[in-house]
Amino acid sequence: MKILVPVKRVIDYNVKVRVKADESGVDLTNAKMALNPFCEIAVEEAVRLKEKGVANEIVVVSIGDKACQEQLRTALALGADRAVHIEADPQLSSLHVAKLLHKLYEQEAPQLVILGKQSIDSDNNQTGQMLAALTGLPQGTFASEVVIEGNKINVTREVDGGLQTVTLTLPAIVTTDLRLNEPRYASLPNIMKAKRKPMDVKTAAEFGVDLTSKVHVVNVAPPAQRQGGVKVADVAELIAKLKNEAKVIS
Amino acid sequence: MSILIIAEHDNSQLKPETAKLAGAASKLNSDVHVLIVGDVSDDVVSKAAKLHGVSKVLVASHEVYAHQLAENTADLVVSVAQGYSHVLAAATTTGKNFMPRVAALLDVEQISDITDIAADNTFVRPIYAGNAIATVKSEETIHILTVRTSAFDAVPDDGSADIVQLDTVIPSAHSVFVSASLTESERPELTAADVIISGGRGMQSGDNFSLLEGIADKLGAAIGASRAAVDAGFVPNDMQVGQTGKIVAPQLYIAVGISGAIQHLAGMKDSKVIVAINKDEEAPIFQVADYGLVGDLFDILPQFEQAL
Repeated sequence: MKILVPVKRVIDYNVKVRVKADESGVDLTNAKMALNPFCEIAVEEAVRLKEKGVANEIVVVSIGDKACQEQLRTALALGADRAVHIEADPQLSSLHVAKLLHKLYEQEAPQLVILGKQSIDSDNNQTGQMLAALTGLPQGTFASEVVIEGNKINVTREVDGGLQTVTLTLPAIVTTDLRLNEPRYASLPNIMKAKRKPMDVKTAAEFGVDLTSKVHVVNVAPPAQRQGGVKVADVAELIAKLKNEAKVIS
Repeated sequence: MSILIIAEHDNSQLKPETAKLAGAASKLNSDVHVLIVGDVSDDVVSKAAKLHGVSKVLVASHEVYAHQLAENTADLVVSVAQGYSHVLAAATTTGKNFMPRVAALLDVEQISDITDIAADNTFVRPIYAGNAIATVKSEETIHILTVRTSAFDAVPDDGSADIVQLDTVIPSAHSVFVSASLTESERPELTAADVIISGGRGMQSGDNFSLLEGIADKLGAAIGASRAAVDAGFVPNDMQVGQTGKIVAPQLYIAVGISGAIQHLAGMKDSKVIVAINKDEEAPIFQVADYGLVGDLFDILPQFEQAL
């Protein structure tokens, strides 16, 4: 089975972002960038399926500017076999990313596509579901366990009340939750090997998808800052403050 | 043009998110309809019909929709959505699952997790784990939105809408529900609770979460957790508060043994009053806490419970 894993380059999750003074967006100049944590989990899951003998080829794809090749190399070092870089505006909407992935899906014909459930920058949580809609495939979102049996995949999903298990007929789309697995670290020999793995570079224009967006950012502002609080000395003072000052308990 | 909101329910009860969706829709000054997809009780339908400002309730009740699988739920929503100017679902795991599918089928860009409606076509949403607030304007003719329900007020239940049964039955061929394992709790739901007490890695074990229970009982609070506590296996994942868990905004949030990572703050920093109990006085949680108590939670929690 072939698995396609779309990955995204995002700001490192530990970085405290700063909004630009002109409120046009977030300042990414010199910010540390990384593979989106949920995408890392998607790559890890694909690699585990290959190690189990379920998958025989893992193709990773990233849509963005040239810099995202760095994240594709990371994914190759983690165990993916080859990479596709689709050169495009890194700020594309989820719908346009899903449309490009749909075209790539048709070219590659994978049995399974594993994506992260959301990117930690735009926090949309849309692309996997949109790709499922465009390809007409079933979707297993927010997966914390996947088991493949023949032409079916059992996906345990993290839902608000607990867990839910669904069985999907392959081919299918899966999006990863944090608890699906613990991603490995790339070893130095694997990082060296990844440099020689194939990377196809395509442009968004080759796919013939209209990428004009109908949603425009008016402004990006910092969130309201909370007032600095006070430290209390003991439990009695805390309860007194909550009752008399904040009036949130009676 | 009318607004369509998709009811949040568990087949037997209408969830509080639905009244908050109606609250969000009321900012649009238009006729509001509710769509109920599921295998639902009469109670769900009658409660939805009482939501203030709702003029019509469309009911698609059939066993094929019992688990609100994204595939056929989305197809049904698409079949109903034509002609509406806005379609709103709660940004719960259910809404997040089917709505982007609806949007793509309609060839529309979705706007996720909105926290405010500035105009009919202008919406506000947090990005980067809530560290930036984006205002976006959409030229789509139909706005597909998921709503952060904690940011909106519920409408009262003094309405009387018409009820229309839909007979569209769309089976789900390639996706089949197998089982669910839901966490049993008599406490209020996390996303609806007025008071939440959450534990983090500092709790050290799942057993120690019992120290929170007595306090939760006295305050009528829900119990939450940080990702560290969930990953360490102390508590189930549906208790997780944060960027990738539940987003809450209670009157009072008590963070116990939680350092206050960016991802956790994203889920609770809109709470009215935040209390932090932590032995590390440098912990970032103290920068957002209204009241901080530095000390060992194993000493403080029993004292707290006793004092209440």
